[in-house]
Amino acid sequence: MAIEGMLSFVVSFAVVATIYAIFSLGLNVHWGYTGLFNFGVAAFFSLGAYTAALVTLPKPTGVYAQYVDQIIGLNQPFLVGVIAAGVVAGLVALLIGLLTLRLREDYLAIATIGIAEAVRLVLDNEEWLANGANGLVGIRAPLGSLVAPAYYNYVYLAIAAAFLVAIYILLERGIRSPWGRVLRAVREDEAVAEASGKSVFRYKLQALVLGAAIMGIGGALYAHQVRVIAPSDFNPLFGTFIIWVMLIVGGSGNNRGAILGAFVVWGIWAGTEAVTGRILPAALESRAPFVRFFLIGLLLVLVLLLRPRGILGEEKQVSKLM
Amino acid sequence: MAELVVFGLILGSIIALGAIGLSLTYGILRFANFSHGDLMTLGAYTAFLVVSNLGASGGRIGPLSFGWPMVLAFFAAMAVAGAVAMAADRLVYQRLRRRRISPIMLAIASLGVAIMVRSVIYMAWGGDFRFYTDALRPAMLLPLGIRLRPDEVFVFGMAAGLVLLVYLFLERTRMGKALRATADNPDLARISGIDTERMILWVWAIGGGLAAMAGVLLGIESQLRPEMGWSFLLPLFAAVLLGGIGNPYGALVGGLTIGVAQQVSTYFLLPTYKPAVAFAILILVLLFRPRGIFGSRYGY
Repeated sequence: MAIEGMLSFVVSFAVVATIYAIFSLGLNVHWGYTGLFNFGVAAFFSLGAYTAALVTLPKPTGVYAQYVDQIIGLNQPFLVGVIAAGVVAGLVALLIGLLTLRLREDYLAIATIGIAEAVRLVLDNEEWLANGANGLVGIRAPLGSLVAPAYYNYVYLAIAAAFLVAIYILLERGIRSPWGRVLRAVREDEAVAEASGKSVFRYKLQALVLGAAIMGIGGALYAHQVRVIAPSDFNPLFGTFIIWVMLIVGGSGNNRGAILGAFVVWGIWAGTEAVTGRILPAALESRAPFVRFFLIGLLLVLVLLLRPRGILGEEKQVSKLM
Repeated sequence: MAELVVFGLILGSIIALGAIGLSLTYGILRFANFSHGDLMTLGAYTAFLVVSNLGASGGRIGPLSFGWPMVLAFFAAMAVAGAVAMAADRLVYQRLRRRRISPIMLAIASLGVAIMVRSVIYMAWGGDFRFYTDALRPAMLLPLGIRLRPDEVFVFGMAAGLVLLVYLFLERTRMGKALRATADNPDLARISGIDTERMILWVWAIGGGLAAMAGVLLGIESQLRPEMGWSFLLPLFAAVLLGGIGNPYGALVGGLTIGVAQQVSTYFLLPTYKPAVAFAILILVLLFRPRGIFGSRYGY
């Protein structure tokens, strides 16, 4: 029994870490490979989650319609929702990119913080869109009829892992292609890339859209895992900051580093929960998460100071010919 | 409408205080300091610590809702936030600077500093809203049907006074001149014999102190919560970019503009959309005047 409890803890940990690894891979396309400074991961995360929910949920009828407002409810299968999530997040990224990618790199950071804030405000205040601050409930569990609910996490881990592996293979092939080499050239020196006849703007735009689409897919997987989403889930701490720490700790510019970072940082996050729960007096227990956030912030600063390349660091050679 | 413009000027004066410090650090250190908002929060809560311990003993100053302990709290807030900003520079930013890495890495590090500062505030005070006083704060009726609380007049006056002090410091003192020289061209400043590292510390002290005052005044005007500074970051950056990075006078005009725009927008939009209004202005500035209204040396 104890082993089974332990195993189910490990599995539920792995499901979340796997989904975070997908965000970390998406951010790696932005920051690790192209040098795009996206501080609004939460925007694409929440867009993906809400798109998947609205596409897969049926439009509320009868009594429910009095309590739940949502603009659409397409009642489509899980995979359609995931694809739609990637498409919507990618399209929004396209729009943002067209507006900001010609500007200085740190302006993109400020603009993406704004996008994340704007998306959260709209989801929070516009009841008609997706039920406002109350969020959406009853999001479907894909292949849920396969096993008893108690064991469902095993199934979902397999689903999430399949997406992670597929995205990883896709990105590894992409980064080892001529296209991937141009991205890295853009990151290292835009002027040189431009002088070699590459349209820096177009490559940046492609990277922004691809990374955002991956984040959208991650958001969809998140929605089907928690099955209840609300705008407050996508705050800057969980929606953006922790993903940056994962990528930096694991090693930006390295897809395996991005995945490793997600598991390490989520491991620290989940692992310290038990510790802070024990050392703090009961009255302060509600503040325990902030001790852990302090540690995550400290971890980021320490890695930047002591091991700026992260655990794995970037692979210098990605071309097989040379 | 006239009332909303007046409210906007009050909010704008607070934004301006924060934006001046942010613009100076941005100009001199070349990175977007994402912990600036949390320095505001730190200042506001430091003042809360002072006022809640001395509060009852001080009475009230004239028609204002607070007494002399608040004056002490101003200095405590500025000292603490300035010290934290300087410590962050020595412990984190300076070390990164010495490695001559991209300023972007400093911006990422500043996000880590921001989270640490905010976590400490959450740990110490929790997430609830706080007020400097429980007293009722009735509004006075002014001409044109404008309702203002005495506190709000004070906030505006205090902010204006501080901006004037910063102006005098930058324009009339040797230190201010050296500071402007460093902002203009660090290398040239260094070969002219200016100790630029010392200038950087000064900038952090001034930026942190002004941020703290902005936080306290925001707390007096409305209330305290741990996210107050972070959610103020968009208007701050909008003001900085509108005025041109590194241009403190531009930041002043930018701050007032954003403040008025945010308040007037509540005529048409839900008040919760105020940050989105700042963001919309920010995007417009980036699109049409990426160097800001008054220009900035730093290009885009």
